[in-house]
Amino acid sequence: MTGPRFDTAPLLETPFHPRTTAANRLQNWAGWSGYRTAGCYGDSEMEHSAIRNAATLYDITPMTKYRIAGPEAEACLNRLTLRNLAKLPVGSVQYTAWTDDAGKVMDDGTLFRIGPDRFRLCCQERHLPWLLDSAQGFDVEIADETEAVAAVALQGPTSASVLTAAGFDVSALKPFRMQDYPFRDGRLLISRTGFTGDLGYELWVAPTDAVALWDHLMAQGAPFGLVPAGTEAVMLARTEAGFLTANLDFIPAQQALREDRVRSPLELGLGWMIDWDKGHFTGRRALLAERDGQLSRWAIVGLDIPGNVSAEGSVLYYGKKREAGFITAACWSPTLKRNLAIAHVAARYAACDDLWVEIYAQRELQYHKLMLPVRKTERPFFAPDRRRATPPGRF
Amino acid sequence: MPGPFSSTGTTDVVVIGAGPNGLACAARLAQKGRRVTLLEAEPEPGGGARALPDIAPGWPSPALAHLVRHIDPRVEAAMDLSRHGLDWMAADLPTTVLSPQGHLTLRGDQAEGADAAAWAALHRRLMSFAAALEPFRQMPPPRLAASGNAWGQLARNALGLRKLGATEFREFLRLILINAHDVAQDELTDPRLRAALCFDATLGAWAGPRSPNTLILYLDRLAGQIAGGKAALGLPRDGLPGLARAMARAAQASGVTLRTNARVARIEIANDRVAGLVLTDGTAISAPLVVSAIGPKPTLLNLVGPRHLDAGMTTRLRHQKSRGGAAKLHLALSDLPDFGTDPKARLILAEDEHAVETAFNPVKYGEVPDAPVMEIVLPSAFTGGQAPAAPHVLSAIVQFAPHAPRAGEDTARAAMLAACLARLERAAPGIGKLIVKADLLMPYDIERKFGMAGGNWHHGELSVEQMLFLRPLPQLSRYATPVSGLWLTGAGTHPGGMSGAAGWNAAEAILEAGA
Ligand SMILES: Cc1cc2nc3c(=O)[nH]c(=O)nc-3n(C[C@H](O)[C@H](O)[C@H](O)COP(=O)(O)OP(=O)(O)OC[C@H]3O[C@@H](n4cnc5c(N)ncnc54)[C@H](O)[C@@H]3O)c2cc1C
Repeated sequence: MTGPRFDTAPLLETPFHPRTTAANRLQNWAGWSGYRTAGCYGDSEMEHSAIRNAATLYDITPMTKYRIAGPEAEACLNRLTLRNLAKLPVGSVQYTAWTDDAGKVMDDGTLFRIGPDRFRLCCQERHLPWLLDSAQGFDVEIADETEAVAAVALQGPTSASVLTAAGFDVSALKPFRMQDYPFRDGRLLISRTGFTGDLGYELWVAPTDAVALWDHLMAQGAPFGLVPAGTEAVMLARTEAGFLTANLDFIPAQQALREDRVRSPLELGLGWMIDWDKGHFTGRRALLAERDGQLSRWAIVGLDIPGNVSAEGSVLYYGKKREAGFITAACWSPTLKRNLAIAHVAARYAACDDLWVEIYAQRELQYHKLMLPVRKTERPFFAPDRRRATPPGRF
Repeated sequence: MPGPFSSTGTTDVVVIGAGPNGLACAARLAQKGRRVTLLEAEPEPGGGARALPDIAPGWPSPALAHLVRHIDPRVEAAMDLSRHGLDWMAADLPTTVLSPQGHLTLRGDQAEGADAAAWAALHRRLMSFAAALEPFRQMPPPRLAASGNAWGQLARNALGLRKLGATEFREFLRLILINAHDVAQDELTDPRLRAALCFDATLGAWAGPRSPNTLILYLDRLAGQIAGGKAALGLPRDGLPGLARAMARAAQASGVTLRTNARVARIEIANDRVAGLVLTDGTAISAPLVVSAIGPKPTLLNLVGPRHLDAGMTTRLRHQKSRGGAAKLHLALSDLPDFGTDPKARLILAEDEHAVETAFNPVKYGEVPDAPVMEIVLPSAFTGGQAPAAPHVLSAIVQFAPHAPRAGEDTARAAMLAACLARLERAAPGIGKLIVKADLLMPYDIERKFGMAGGNWHHGELSVEQMLFLRPLPQLSRYATPVSGLWLTGAGTHPGGMSGAAGWNAAEAILEAGA
């Protein structure tokens, strides 16, 4: 066999790499779907602060992207995913999820309707075999376009100002809408989407234009405090927003090794996505049985925890004694000044009454065991008005 | 999507496909008071047992299947088949293995030659195993992960196995998943007996005698019975079309409305329930309950379609193995050919166990074997004497034939026919000059003419990994489908075959579910 061995070769570089490596003072990289991306450029707290107070660029090229096109693309995607595509106009984006036959979540993602018969599905995990299986019997073509599209997230309160300064008029662009702009000799697609719960955009461009786009944005964005941000800062922002991440907040059904690790959308708080009346979709019968038989075994909840020690990885107890669930994401939120967590609790504890979290707090090498009462709270935790305002605020 | 569904007729139940299983299922449901319409695509009912067009002007029509090995006793009794015209030209045919070293004739446990005692012992042992397995055929397969098992009956059946005794039970466990070739070599020395065992274990399967788990297929054959005669080989009067006619008459006498020339184009589903179906001529029939006997694959993948099914199930159905390895040869002959033995027998043309394996080898690679093995029946030998000028037909199941030949369909068919005729010429010198017309149905021809997926004997291979609660898929093993109101039966469901057992079991499951 010739060619590089993917398991021993260095991870791939994204088209933004010449710029991200130059900016990465720590040379702190993390693997993401076979690519090397910045975990932290220098100071995660400052990068997170920029997400909330200025603007940031975050290289999201490694996000898995599928091109789904053909006369029956809509029908195929309606059979694949939980939501109804008939309600998604061209130029719009849908946050959605899909399940296996047993109604267990395989992934969530964003679905872009680029044309009447053309979509882009962006998600965390790889799904080509499942997508191709799901395409059987439909006049549709599906291809992985992860490498063909470079993408960068521009997030933060000044992000609209950055784009305006860069010559892209996004004043009319509403949340979950997208628009096409000329850029150099090609096109730039800007969607008002993101993973920070803040005002923000995602920019999609040909890999050959990636560096030019980066330079243009950084130059025009400097007066607005634009800096690159790494994954650590973005993950803190997403926890503040209360968004779920595959393999952190749930195990994709196709990857779960233990029978009881899989979760249905009803158990992940994604039941609102399900359009029961759109016709059949994979998992519908199992989910209907779960709904009608009240068979859900888990509930996902947002929690407020006293103090300032992050509850990451902690176990929840009912009446301080009986195990009732566990925490999948947690942080002390610098933005909200609250100690927040996302947790799975057994369905009968979904109200979170008399629920306690056991936290091991490390103080100067030594762990202290804390048993703290938790309070159920709404997700998203952080949802400022500027996130939705159209035209976007000029900060 | 088609326009709104408006139908021209209404009935309680529609059964699709008037093969032996569809007929048995329809008859049972009608006997239990359901208004049943049975739809058959062809002009005549019978499926694999129906008469094909005359092979040549004046030469009578053969059928795809040519011997009966099993009629489910429940079907035989409740349909009262003898009253409806089922009569046997021979209810217990001997088998003669044709061999250059001399022919050898077998009747049950009686064999000629030096191995007679070994054969008798082996046959008796395998018969006792088959008898212990037989009750599992007359019930829906047990399920591993769901309720609704008939525990009492399962326990009785399992106890029946254990009652073989410690030694025999151990022997059963040793043999149950073994291959036929090893048993033949362990227990027998006569190549002709080895050939008989290996041929019967793989007849209709996509497997050679050295393929794993082939002995259980032999046990499945031995478990059959005809009119109480175990492991019998029956030739009905008028051949298999005679059986088809009796079953169709019995079904109609039970109140089944049989509609021929009615090919179902799609099953209509509304609100995740069966609403009815539409024929290829556009006729719509509404029915709250549809039972399909044409095979799991065509039913779900074509008539229902993936968009009404989960993606995982669609994939598993697509991957379900359904490769046909048997071709059907018909010769119109000007005279009875001379095989050097009594023609009133089933003739096996395979000199030893290796001949069977060797015939399978090329098929694995989509090629045609040089020397096919075959099971030959000469129906005119049984009717002869009535009409001196009786035209003669040779009917043979020839193995193995590729279902997706590399060389292309027509080339492969021509090569297979040439190989068959050459093989026959060696066994019955001069037969070539008697041939008026030759006709060969390859697995892909069979798929086209009969609708059997891949041309497979059982609408889906009957192999250990697709048996019992794995048949056709675990999720479909109890005859119900995920679409409410839609049920499966036919050879593709447990226990396979044309005995009517699958049809009967499905009807019982439907009645028990109150569907
Ligand atoms: C070469 C060969 C030789 C065989 N020889 C023997 C043998 O000697 N002995 C034996 O026991 N078994 C034999 N078999 C197996 C036997 O033919 C099958 O087990 C048997 O036919 C299965 O019966 P069934 O009722 O399940 O289905 P089938 O007999 O296949 O009947 C299905 C019926 O459905 C009809 N149909 C299909 N599609 C539609 C549609 N869309 N709408 C309406 N109707 C439709 C078909 O026309 C057919 O009549 C042989 C098989 C093959 C391939």
